[in-house]
Amino acid sequence: MRRLVDARGNPLLLWAGVAAVAVALIALPFVLSMVGTTWVRIANLAVLYVLLALGLNIVVGFAGLLDLGYIAFYAVGAYAYALLASPHFGLNLPFWIILPIGAAVAALFGVILGAPTLKLRGDYLAIVTLGFGEIVRIFLNNLSQPVNITRGPQGIAQIAPFSIGPLDFSTTDRVLGLTISGPMKYYWLLLAVMVVVVVINLRLQNSRIGRAWEAVREDETAARAMGIDTTSVKLLAFAMGASFGGIAGGMFASIQGFISPESFVLVESIMVVAMVVLGGMGNIWGVILGAVLLSFVPEILRWTVAPLQNALFGKQLVEPEVIRMLLFGLALVLVMLLRPAGLLPSSVRQRELAGEEAR
Amino acid sequence: MDIFLQQMVNGLTLGAVYAVVALGYTMVYGIIQLINFAHGEVVMIGAMVAFTVINLLAAGGLPPLAVVLVGTACAIPVCMLVSYTVERLAYRPLRRAPRLAPLITAIGASIILQHLAMLVWSRNVLAFPQIIPLKTFSFLGATVTGVQLAILGICAAIMCGLAGLVYRTRLGRSMRATAQNPQVAGLMGVDINRVIAATFVIGAGLAAVAGVMVGTYYGVAQYTMGSILGLKAFAAAVLGGIGNVPGAMVGGLLLGVVEALGAGYIGDITDLCRYGPLARAVGERCADGGHFVLFGSNYQDVFAFVVLILVLVFRPSGLLGERVGDRA
Repeated sequence: MRRLVDARGNPLLLWAGVAAVAVALIALPFVLSMVGTTWVRIANLAVLYVLLALGLNIVVGFAGLLDLGYIAFYAVGAYAYALLASPHFGLNLPFWIILPIGAAVAALFGVILGAPTLKLRGDYLAIVTLGFGEIVRIFLNNLSQPVNITRGPQGIAQIAPFSIGPLDFSTTDRVLGLTISGPMKYYWLLLAVMVVVVVINLRLQNSRIGRAWEAVREDETAARAMGIDTTSVKLLAFAMGASFGGIAGGMFASIQGFISPESFVLVESIMVVAMVVLGGMGNIWGVILGAVLLSFVPEILRWTVAPLQNALFGKQLVEPEVIRMLLFGLALVLVMLLRPAGLLPSSVRQRELAGEEAR
Repeated sequence: MDIFLQQMVNGLTLGAVYAVVALGYTMVYGIIQLINFAHGEVVMIGAMVAFTVINLLAAGGLPPLAVVLVGTACAIPVCMLVSYTVERLAYRPLRRAPRLAPLITAIGASIILQHLAMLVWSRNVLAFPQIIPLKTFSFLGATVTGVQLAILGICAAIMCGLAGLVYRTRLGRSMRATAQNPQVAGLMGVDINRVIAATFVIGAGLAAVAGVMVGTYYGVAQYTMGSILGLKAFAAAVLGGIGNVPGAMVGGLLLGVVEALGAGYIGDITDLCRYGPLARAVGERCADGGHFVLFGSNYQDVFAFVVLILVLVFRPSGLLGERVGDRA
């Protein structure tokens, strides 16, 4: 976006482009709901993944700390929402109170994870974060004893949907002759949140903190020599990334209405990593592209490959879920082999990889 | 006391399996500083291949031991081939890339292997046919099964064999040289790529044996069994000091014992009803010999990760390793 402004600037054209994209994004659910409301739900999940990928991008892309347990923060946010707005504890707080709480608790978890692991670099950190994610999941699974907090593997159901005054996000309304379903309302809300998150990310990237992250990522020792407090900078990356995950988790809980530890398994963490890596670590637009691609392509495959197999062989040979996972695996391997900086590489990464050859 | 001994025996058996898997991690890490994420899946494939073979032969009337041996003999080359392929396609092209690149392809390879295995062997839990007669021995009040004894024996043999390989043979010397400094080793005439491939293949052979052992010990196999086992074995390797062959053995056995004892006692230790003032605070649930267990044995899987995190935080070089935390 910045580059567009800087380069051969025709601000009018730029704003026209932004407006066109905005209109297209706002109108998208109408088009999708013509195909089926399922697709609006898929779009919602895609936006949630964009939020997650952007949050993880702060940790992995900006600060260069590979986090394989990122889904734990998503889980923390989701459970925070579910506990505070479901019949399980009989609470029903409004979402604008719970989401910040969820974000804060997730950020706290980010610091809890970050503080003891600051000394570790690279692959060790990856394994520890992975272990952390698993620990959180095991606890969610077992905290139904001796006091029932999470309801264990059963999960928490009947989570309250968002509502603002009379506006309820779970019902279908008719406005000006248009049918507005619940998922569509969520879509616009998610879109708004996404825009806010993208703007925050863009501002962060070129801020003092953003440059400090970049410095830590490139060379921690040199960064410290330049007077950067690497400890707090890294903790901040963990906390901020985690809080975005927490917000996304809260929204996930409310949209689904039901959560269980099943939704927060290791594979989900890896999926988010795959999105960031595929799109291009450190590049916000790349990360968004990666998240959208890896959310939609498997769904499209699900709707095309399954009927195709039925037509060709008369039965399902390969389940769509398996194709999806194979696709994730292949994406990770092929991107690293063929285009290590991702589909839309960040300019810094590109420089870095070009320099890597010379070294 | 009986329970303690019993848990020790169970823990040592489990730990012996961890140790054999951990050897694969530690050898690869020692040489190219890569966490071979796909290693756990190789163990799983070993168990699966053995399952197929044992299932086919079970009705054939061969002696059970021979059936298991044939199963293992089939699993080993398959695992070696899988591991070699992964190394060749996903790791070797990235030898000079930044450290995180091969780690990410390793994760990708692990996902691919897991789901290919699911396509071949279905997503069901596969039950090994019960062909080995259940023989039990009594040892100071603890019960030891024949399978447990066999696992312990095989693991001891593997460890001795591997130590001999690494410290007594030409290949072992090449491996140690490559681990110290690949460039110089190359200049001295060591074919680095061959040595690295050999390391992967040897690790895969061990993984196959471990897979068969896990399969026959628990009697089941599933396509997801590799990832958690792999993580625990990696934790064992880190505990012993990654890159250090004896360390992996010590770490594996220790982790197995910690896990078994932890699972056996954590319920008692965290039962608040045992502690006077706390029991009063808990109130009526402690009445009539009731329990208020904070953490039960279902937290067994947490121990490995807690150990992993504690070791990395307080002694990143592990129990026997040199200092590598900074390099990591």
